Amino acid sequence: MNEINGILAIWYREFKVFLREKSRIVASIVNPILWLLVFGGGLGSSVSIPGVNYQAFIFPGILTQSVLFSSIFFGVYIVWDRKIDFLKEVLVAPISRTSIFIGKVIGGSTDSMIQSVILLLVGLALENFGMIQGIYFSPYSILLALIILFITTVSFVSLGLIIGSQMESPEGFQLISSFLVFPLFFLSGALFPIDKLPIWIKPFTLLDPLTYAVDALRNVILGISQFSLMFDLGIMLVFLVLVILLGGLAFKRMKV
Amino acid sequence: MPIIKTDNLIKKFGDFTAVNGLSLEVNQGEIFGLLGPNGAGKSTTLMMLTTLLKPTSGTARVNNFDIVADPDGVRKSIGIVFQDPSSDDTLTGYENLKLHGMLYNMPAELRERRIKEVLELVDLTNRKDDLVKNYSGGMRRRLELGRGLMHHPKIIFLDEPTLGLDPQSRENIWDYIEKLSKEERVSVIITTHYMDEADKLCDRLAIIDKGKIVALDSPTNLKKVVGGDVINLKIKNPDIESIKKLDFVKNINSKDGTLSLSVNNANENISELLAVTGRVESVELHSPTLNDVFLHYTGREIREESAEGGWSERIINYRSKK
Repeated sequence: MNEINGILAIWYREFKVFLREKSRIVASIVNPILWLLVFGGGLGSSVSIPGVNYQAFIFPGILTQSVLFSSIFFGVYIVWDRKIDFLKEVLVAPISRTSIFIGKVIGGSTDSMIQSVILLLVGLALENFGMIQGIYFSPYSILLALIILFITTVSFVSLGLIIGSQMESPEGFQLISSFLVFPLFFLSGALFPIDKLPIWIKPFTLLDPLTYAVDALRNVILGISQFSLMFDLGIMLVFLVLVILLGGLAFKRMKV
Repeated sequence: MPIIKTDNLIKKFGDFTAVNGLSLEVNQGEIFGLLGPNGAGKSTTLMMLTTLLKPTSGTARVNNFDIVADPDGVRKSIGIVFQDPSSDDTLTGYENLKLHGMLYNMPAELRERRIKEVLELVDLTNRKDDLVKNYSGGMRRRLELGRGLMHHPKIIFLDEPTLGLDPQSRENIWDYIEKLSKEERVSVIITTHYMDEADKLCDRLAIIDKGKIVALDSPTNLKKVVGGDVINLKIKNPDIESIKKLDFVKNINSKDGTLSLSVNNANENISELLAVTGRVESVELHSPTLNDVFLHYTGREIREESAEGGWSERIINYRSKK
């Protein structure tokens, strides 16, 4: 009971902060829409992917991108907590480091999932207004998409927290996480199909855990994919377990 | 039984020994001070007693829980107000307290009652729904004082409780500390480098320098050690030998061309003293302060400067960066 209350406490705080930072919510919704309409519309006018509209093709990629960015950058909040003494207030409370980690993961994932739901609705609206074509939603595909996005969120919130727990300065965090986020995003095939890539890029793409999230989402929303859904989910779950274990460890070893 | 007992506590960071064999006992219900200059090891000691740092060697018991073997027992027994702001400024005062109650596993009913009580205690009831962002430095400290008490700790640790506050807010915080010590019947441990603060608040205090206790007693008794009064003389070429011969001069410290003398009945004896010293540039006479005590034991003064990056300064940095 003790630990559960502690987890709830951390979640409560993260959620309140999320609701107060309106600019963060707005930016996290507006940026993906710009990508989808401007980048997708612009590039889509001269690039064609067989059998699917380019904007529809990158829609799953943009969803994953928004989850990736907001999830990893959530880790910076723990650096800010350390910068003032709020982190000490939490660390000195009678709850375990594992509970603090879990609370933070749930907190960060809640933020990302709210964004994901809004973006899915935006996609649905854009499709209905005829601004993009080729996205097929059913209650079943939405449910599957949310599950895939949830696994992705928890994984990358954990990754962001691992980095944040070891960093002293927000600037340092930005540096390290940018080095991670952009390769993860560009290699994942969010913006292009991965079956015809140059031979030297291919291995990096296959090593990128985000590749499988993008592929799985494309599978359930567009019905096109490189791998089977089960294979994608399998790899995602392995990555999930790995980062959660590492995250728990990182929090245990975290200095004040 | 003492509420805190440390035994030869040592903390090293690489080659640097921050705390060097600290042994002390704190009694239940007293306000106990750790007084010393910046870098003396006060905060490190506090971090060990609050389980945030593990000692390199030595042991300590807080409320009879071992700080290494039973950190959870210690954590449940203590409340802390840190040197830097540790409340979330995007939350309201009330929300910060609620969060604290949840972290300490307080049942909802008790939690709400305690929030009301501590808000009253620190006079923030009518500001409870304002964002902490909009609090002054003094109000934020008061909120954190109240928060530290919320879960009925046996002991509350205050790390430099008035660092960076203006004089009026400082006295205001002192009043609250005295009030909570009485009304909540909790033992209070204060670290400070302000002599006036230690003098005013503490029942007993340990003077710490370079990680060691140089003296431990009540402020009154400590000042008695210096003896009578203090006379500071500015002299070009002091004749220390002949001053030493005067039987009312107890002790002589020389620093930067200033002689600091401990003197019995300074008012009566000053003319005799000046007859011996000859021409002086300036004379100053006062009752002993804890600064004189520190000077007596270490040959140095506690510098009256705030720690680098103090409380209010960091709030400003934090805000502008955020």
